[in-house]
Amino acid sequence: MTALTETERPAPTISRWRHFLVGKVAWMPVLAAVVILVIMLVAGQAYFGRFVTPRILSSLFVDNAYLIVLAAGMTFVILTGGIDLSVGAVMAFTGMLAAKLMSTGVPAPVVIPLMLIAGAAFGLIIGVMVHYFDVQPFIASLAGMFLARGLCFVVSLEAIQVKNPLVLGLQSVKINMGDWYVTPTVIIALLLVVGATWVLGYTRFGRTVYAVGGNEQSARLMGLHVARTKVLVYVVSGVCAGIAGLLFTAYTAAGYSLNGIGTELDTIAAVVIGGTLLTGGSGYLIGSLVGVLVYGVIKVSITFLGADASWTRITIGILLLAFVVVQRVIVARANRR
Amino acid sequence: MDVDPVVQVIGASVRFAGDIALDGVDFRMFAGEVHSLMGENGAGKSTLIKAMTGALRLDAGAVLLEGRDVDLSTPAAAQRAGISTVYQEIDLLPNLSVAENIMLGREPRRLGFIDWRRTREAAGQALSALGIDIDPASMLSSHRLATQQLIAIARAISTDVKVLVLDEPTSSLDQDEVDELFRVIRRLKSRGVAILFVSHFLEQVYEICDRITVLRNGVLVGEYVTTELLRLDLVQKMLGKATFDLEQMTTRAPSATPAAAREVKVSAQGISRRNDMLPTDLDIYEGELLGLAGLLGSGRTELARLLTGIDSLDGGRLMIDGVPRRFHEPRQALRHGIAYSSENRKSEGIIAQLSVRENITLALQAERGWFKPIPRNRQDELSASWIEALDIRPADPDRLAGLLSGGNQQKVLLARLLAVAPRLLVLDEPTRGIDVGAKVEIQRLVSELAIDGMTIVFISAELEEVLRISHRVIVLRDREIVAQFDPDEITIETLLTIVAKAEDGT
Repeated sequence: MTALTETERPAPTISRWRHFLVGKVAWMPVLAAVVILVIMLVAGQAYFGRFVTPRILSSLFVDNAYLIVLAAGMTFVILTGGIDLSVGAVMAFTGMLAAKLMSTGVPAPVVIPLMLIAGAAFGLIIGVMVHYFDVQPFIASLAGMFLARGLCFVVSLEAIQVKNPLVLGLQSVKINMGDWYVTPTVIIALLLVVGATWVLGYTRFGRTVYAVGGNEQSARLMGLHVARTKVLVYVVSGVCAGIAGLLFTAYTAAGYSLNGIGTELDTIAAVVIGGTLLTGGSGYLIGSLVGVLVYGVIKVSITFLGADASWTRITIGILLLAFVVVQRVIVARANRR
Repeated sequence: MDVDPVVQVIGASVRFAGDIALDGVDFRMFAGEVHSLMGENGAGKSTLIKAMTGALRLDAGAVLLEGRDVDLSTPAAAQRAGISTVYQEIDLLPNLSVAENIMLGREPRRLGFIDWRRTREAAGQALSALGIDIDPASMLSSHRLATQQLIAIARAISTDVKVLVLDEPTSSLDQDEVDELFRVIRRLKSRGVAILFVSHFLEQVYEICDRITVLRNGVLVGEYVTTELLRLDLVQKMLGKATFDLEQMTTRAPSATPAAAREVKVSAQGISRRNDMLPTDLDIYEGELLGLAGLLGSGRTELARLLTGIDSLDGGRLMIDGVPRRFHEPRQALRHGIAYSSENRKSEGIIAQLSVRENITLALQAERGWFKPIPRNRQDELSASWIEALDIRPADPDRLAGLLSGGNQQKVLLARLLAVAPRLLVLDEPTRGIDVGAKVEIQRLVSELAIDGMTIVFISAELEEVLRISHRVIVLRDREIVAQFDPDEITIETLLTIVAKAEDGT
């Protein structure tokens, strides 16, 4: 072990820091999202009192674990310049499928891989349509969304309750650390974020995702695996939708065919607020996590205010608009230089 | 030569939908030489390059690398085999770091994960091998175009490269940058890399290349040693006809009106724009062909854009026919008969997805307003007459403009502007990146327009061209006008020293 640490000593901190600065233009929107998050938390604390508490902060993660997972997958897709509108419906479908199978007695260790495979299959179909049949990602994933939503109704029109202790345990087990607590769903979501960040930053697949988003033609001429990458990002997003289906099923303790309507848009909003350019090629997964937290804080604030839930959407809409404009300005300034 | 060629193309043939693009062409390159592939547009240059670099498959024939038949089915396969290409439009990724652009796809990995430190080191080595001193961790987009090109070369040579193809590498570089590039090319040459240098600039070809292969209409004309081939002979071999065009062009078009009787068409008084142009005075006379000479960044394009309302003025004023005018957008200038043809033919000129007919009638339609469409038969008439007048080939008005050669696209662009009957036509590098034959045609066309009394501002990076066809030449340097001449009273050498600025004060 000691011999290993000697050879695997990390790079000097200076070059690390430089590497960090390399993407400083791309980091600016992420920073903006963090600033927004902090401002909202501070404002919430000032207005409501007792707002920034471990319990509420913990619940931000617990209540939005499924969204974090969806946003992680969506980040891959948007980084290539694509979009995946199917994630909400796929999440609902995998949830339905799982609830149905478990109600007929299929054990959870069989059901859970099936959910991931179902999600991957949807992603694969969309990816193949996008790349090999040159269908607009918007249209291809819209088709995927209708297909998944339709299949929900095929499985069952009614909500199906989930009683499987393993699945429910993902949400109900609370691991307390002082006033903080996490559930297995949060751990899964955060592990996924860490893993996906690693994949984007340290694998050829991840770098090719950025390359494709920067300029697909150039990436192809550089001899990168463009086709494989473009299909794979939708598969990643599909698998994430499958995982989100699992977390959401644990969260609601039921599969229901109308679950997650509009969730794909919340996901896209979180990713964009988190600083990923819709045109692709620039953004960070950690930003998407911050984007989800911003979304979560807005939702909590609206609840605290006792205002109508529609205000969540209105606030998100305004924020989204502001962020898209900010991104345009940043891109325009970068181009001018 | 006794040594075996590093690349040998034997009997290469390619057809596109019945058209023969390459017909049994033989081609060879030796290690450590700079080789130029010359020919007009449509000669088969790019087809041959694509066949060698894996972007296209041969219908017949073979490409041998060091005598062996290797897999060149994709650009990636060609790169693995040792043939790398740097394209005209630099195909790098502005959103990533220099190091990544060089190493992408072959980053050193440890346990399957990219080792960033070693990646940056390897990129740094590739850069220093070329004598380029930049930080590999910096973003690609923070570098000048010329540097980006060198980075592209660094990427190309960071593999075990045997053959490096440079497709029009100098088309957007100024002289210093070209020198830098040539220094790099010579360095690679001494390392034994075979370099295919494709360029329209004859001077550069003669400066850097050891041998020249000439293609014409998809057929091999011959392979020559540069020092044994006269320039005139080369052009003749490329054009495949007597050099009467060049002879004919040496006479300048007479101006329509005697110099003394001319009216001032446009008078710029102290016009300026931050970062682009220092306060500048300029009078443009009715019916003259005014040539603007200067290097890239001298202000030649910037001045043209100020005159035509593309960019708005920060200071000074423009008098059109004696009346002060202020333009905020090009359509206001167009209303006063001032038309601008951009140097960026592809991005700011031709609309590739529209047909030739639609491209030609576009400006006229815009002038009429979109609610009064030009009747189809009128459109046909218009486009047919312009296609004939400018000899646009192929003479098919329904062909997509993007499929035409550069020279013909430029003619379509000219036709579009001429269709609105402008009184002042500003042409920014209309002959850039087109073959010699088309160049001569465009020059003649511009001269003829001047004979007909149109006022023309002609911008070109090629001093010889400016000098030959202009009535008056203005030289820009460092964002201001530094001199003006009667082209009869100055030699190209003198003009060159003024344009390039003698640092020693001469």
